[in-house]
Amino acid sequence: MSDRPKMMQRVAFGDTLVQLGEQNPHIVVLDADISSSLYTVHFAQRFPDRHINFGVAEQNMLIGAAGLATIGLVPLACTYATFATMRACEQIRSFICYAKLNVKIVCSHGGIEVGWDGPTHHGTEDVAMMRSMPNMHVVVPADAIATSALIRQVVDQDGPFYFRMGRNPTPLIYTKEQQFTIGKAIELCDGEDVTLVAMGVMVSVALDAVEILARQGIRARLLDMHTVKPLDGEALLEAANITPLVVTLEDHNVIGGLGSAVAEFLSGCHPMPVLRIGVPDVFTESGDPALLFQKFAMDAQSVAARVEKALRELD
Amino acid sequence: MIYDPGLLATLHHKANQIRQESIRMIAAAGSGHPGGALSEADVLAALYFHFLNIDPHNPQWPDRDRFILSKGHACAGLYAALALRGYFPLETLSTFRKFGSILQGHPDMTKTPGIDMTAGPLGNGLGAGVGMALGARITGQAFRVFVLIGDGDAQEGCTWEASMLAGFKKLSRLTCIYDYNRSQVDGPTSEILSLDPVMEKWLSFNWAVRAIDGHDMVQILDALSWAVESRGSPALIIANTTKGKGVSFMEDQSKWHGKAPNKEQAEQALKELMQVETT
Repeated sequence: MSDRPKMMQRVAFGDTLVQLGEQNPHIVVLDADISSSLYTVHFAQRFPDRHINFGVAEQNMLIGAAGLATIGLVPLACTYATFATMRACEQIRSFICYAKLNVKIVCSHGGIEVGWDGPTHHGTEDVAMMRSMPNMHVVVPADAIATSALIRQVVDQDGPFYFRMGRNPTPLIYTKEQQFTIGKAIELCDGEDVTLVAMGVMVSVALDAVEILARQGIRARLLDMHTVKPLDGEALLEAANITPLVVTLEDHNVIGGLGSAVAEFLSGCHPMPVLRIGVPDVFTESGDPALLFQKFAMDAQSVAARVEKALRELD
Repeated sequence: MIYDPGLLATLHHKANQIRQESIRMIAAAGSGHPGGALSEADVLAALYFHFLNIDPHNPQWPDRDRFILSKGHACAGLYAALALRGYFPLETLSTFRKFGSILQGHPDMTKTPGIDMTAGPLGNGLGAGVGMALGARITGQAFRVFVLIGDGDAQEGCTWEASMLAGFKKLSRLTCIYDYNRSQVDGPTSEILSLDPVMEKWLSFNWAVRAIDGHDMVQILDALSWAVESRGSPALIIANTTKGKGVSFMEDQSKWHGKAPNKEQAEQALKELMQVETT
């Protein structure tokens, strides 16, 4: 499949963070004992006075972030998706979102592509939870370049943000010239037969699926919906007006995430068939992410087959 | 320390007013939490009418001292203190908990002038205060941070996460006041989940700790002065208090944690509080 070079989003985040630290003296980075994993350790070494390690205490890190934001600092609270969104769910909801505080929650380990660590460490409900909170923005970059570009905008905008990265090196989709705007989907492929809407690591899978479909004569559009909230309804509606089927792809439970967001939007203005591809509301298992993706029919071959079948069933 | 008798008389009067207004607000709303509002009133009076470096005309003044009511359910007392201090008109208190009010059922920092932190879900105020104190180190500001916690806060695990970090980081600008009335919704803490030994717990988390009578104004003022002395550690004031303090039928009664007095009960409560004022 894809022979695109790969890079970890976390590495891009860590490098960008140091540059942001140089530019913005209000940025404070918070960790919960995994700064080496989030690559925030570079920021910590460069700006020790603006780095706080809370130890393994995510609730305290998130409520502490709220306190820091009240005095005008811009805290980035960094940990894994499961720990921030579940352990510290109330702190995020009732103190950061309700009070509309300028806290950035930056997580890696979103989805089952975490693989070997198993379901306790697979962030498969995080987007659903974060998306359901008023005032929250949800951003899911597709590769390292998108990570670097979008985290800059996240830091520049006021208000609570959830920024979700994967664990593993992901294929590079974009070049440095690509323009990103929070809230604006990127159309990666143009086609009239079906629209694929993907987030995060699934954008690369979708690109491969588009190639497979093309060989079968199916022309697919592809939207990188890097901002899940607020959703780019304009781009979605435009695509929905052209193609008879919309397919969503997410490394996340099919309940509550990107698929739900797309279905909710379309049901209100353009009711149509939506096929939601993702983790089928089960707890998965440990193992090679590639095998997990195959098991849940989230790999490119399976995606293409499911799209082709769904299109056939439409006729 | 020896205090000006005029100051003490003023603070006693303010505490009594906070109690009276709390009863009026909760009775008018038909819901609220009188027990904790009455137990914390003396500490609030000392803070808002003597100790805090604040400006009611500039509630967002960046260098103001911060106050967080972690036991947010007891906000009637705090709203009363803020109104009496001039943050908003006294008449606003009658809108407490009502539709459209700036005075929400639990504190909302986006709606109420003078509220430094949204609160309500217990166990979170201390962590927010730790964040503020850590932030002040980064910005170089000299403000102090005061957090008032209750028994419910002390039973929540995240209070201890915050306590651990504050002690470890030696946050000397942070003062926690524990409104230790030993009473919670389901009964006395001694029957539900005892917090004892309180002092030893906090000492072992590297805090400076002092226990006082939380209704004795001289002890409160002494303890606040002691707490902000520079010593390289955060300070805990264990304010031994009585839930429902000042209203005979509410004192030490768990059932008055979250129940509004009816009209007759409110009148009786106010009569008792006014009697204290005149004696």
